[in-house]
Amino acid sequence: MNHLIIGAGPAGVIAAETLRRLDPEASITLIGDEPEPPYSRMALPYYLVRKIPEHGTYLRKTANHFDRSRIQLKLGRVAALQPEQHTISLDSGERLDYDRLLIATGSHPFSPPIPGMDLPGIVPCWTLANARDIAGRAQPGAKVVLMGAGFIGCIILEALARSGADLTVVEMEDRMVPRMMNEKAGNLIKQWCLNRGVAVHTSTRIEAIEQGGRHPLRVLLDSGSTLEADLIVSATGVRSNIGFFDGSGIDIDQGILIDRNMQTNCTDVYAAGDVAQGLDFSTGNYSVQAIQPTAAEHGQIAARNMAGHTKALHRGSINMNVLDTLGLISSSFGLWMGVDGGEAAEQYNPERFQYLNLQFEEDRLMGATSLGLTQHVGVLRGLIQSKIGLGKWKSKLMQDPNRVMEAYLANTQAIGFNAEVLKSPSR
Amino acid sequence: MLKALQIEPEKCTGCLQCEMACSYENEGVFNPAKSRIKVFTFHDEGRFSPYTCTQCAEAWCLHACPVEAIVLNDLTGSKEVISDVCVGCKVCTIACPFGTVNYNHDTGTVIKCDLCGGDPACAKACPTDAITYVDADHTGLQRMRAHAALALPQ
Repeated sequence: MNHLIIGAGPAGVIAAETLRRLDPEASITLIGDEPEPPYSRMALPYYLVRKIPEHGTYLRKTANHFDRSRIQLKLGRVAALQPEQHTISLDSGERLDYDRLLIATGSHPFSPPIPGMDLPGIVPCWTLANARDIAGRAQPGAKVVLMGAGFIGCIILEALARSGADLTVVEMEDRMVPRMMNEKAGNLIKQWCLNRGVAVHTSTRIEAIEQGGRHPLRVLLDSGSTLEADLIVSATGVRSNIGFFDGSGIDIDQGILIDRNMQTNCTDVYAAGDVAQGLDFSTGNYSVQAIQPTAAEHGQIAARNMAGHTKALHRGSINMNVLDTLGLISSSFGLWMGVDGGEAAEQYNPERFQYLNLQFEEDRLMGATSLGLTQHVGVLRGLIQSKIGLGKWKSKLMQDPNRVMEAYLANTQAIGFNAEVLKSPSR
Repeated sequence: MLKALQIEPEKCTGCLQCEMACSYENEGVFNPAKSRIKVFTFHDEGRFSPYTCTQCAEAWCLHACPVEAIVLNDLTGSKEVISDVCVGCKVCTIACPFGTVNYNHDTGTVIKCDLCGGDPACAKACPTDAITYVDADHTGLQRMRAHAALALPQ
């Protein structure tokens, strides 16, 4: 069996390794378009603050890991897919055959349609090359404008602030991290940043970027004011890398449409990770989540189906995130924005930057948002995923949402080896 | 033979010796906030429930880690955080559905139970045998029984 995997991020690498375990004889080729060994974009912020060296971002740390697993790494960029012929073609003109193909091409930073976005000095924070570029330019005293206060924007704030740069954040929505935090949580994160000397403009659009005078760039805001900048970091979201597949016959919406086996509409073609529009556990709809745990789940399930050993069925991934914004830790899970006809339990302590919001449907937890919570936070996922009926603990949580761990224990009696508890919730 | 922590909440008196022992063994300080095992209290039922990582087979934390900082210890079966490799991204803390991987502000890395390398301090410190370190198969059997027998009345 000849397995071809496009994309050397977490989904592609985990799929390749899973395939190797399931099929010792198979030929496995992993195509990436960056010169470094497979690395994690998740780790780039920690490389930027010099907490880890460059090799600290690598997905696998053992020397010759891919050689020893007989996974062939190939540098190249895919140009097109010919599903009828079971081939792909690369930019170089080379054609590669496959028996089974996994598309794990990930996503790319979205560049908003703003005049001047192509000027030098405007960079996303997406690749190792970008991170090196930003580290070189974010010097003490440099004026840095961060476009977008989403997940990536917030997570690199620490690095930009620590560089000693003079930092301004511009976000068009009314709060920070609008896609994972509600109004209270998003505004507490904003206040946290303001308290640390970072200027934050929410509900503000960038109209244009032009060449400046004293500083190389000038940002024009819809409020009429301007910001001078030496460096602009663009973090306005990501989009699936689907451009190569135009005209191939593969079904595409926001990402590549897959079924619960990670299979596309084309025979022997699978998709996983940020490029795939897969099942969402909470909504039952198919969406692009673009998060690490989902990429890992997709990669494993795709590989099991590609190997033909099992009909592995995806149960759906929970959309969830954890974020550290200048030391303030936030997380959100599932239907954190609530459900129609549902109830919410909330604890809001703005002086201490603590917040916990639980969203219920009847007596089941459907979503959650937390700020300043670092202990036992994963149990929020456990309660959502196991669909445990909380019974009398629902009203206890309505009074004190902090007792989620007790609610979980009381309802599962999770003792000793309890992994099976999640598979078959007893109530 | 793999061994596992067997926890029997009905034997727990809530003395917190396990938290102290864990914190001292792993952090060198007596600080329950740094313990990898935690005793949860149910005051209205007069009950205590020690709880820590079960070293589950799914290893949600290990698979979610983007930088291979959580690895399987073949000898003990535990999933261990390699602090030098952990970047502190905290993805494992939300991936673990049991809530047993926690972020440590002081070190900027995550911590979880590693069975103290095969000689867990919590089990040694427990005066009532609520926490014991036994053959994994035995624990499995006990868990099934305990799960059935001790479910709280609704």
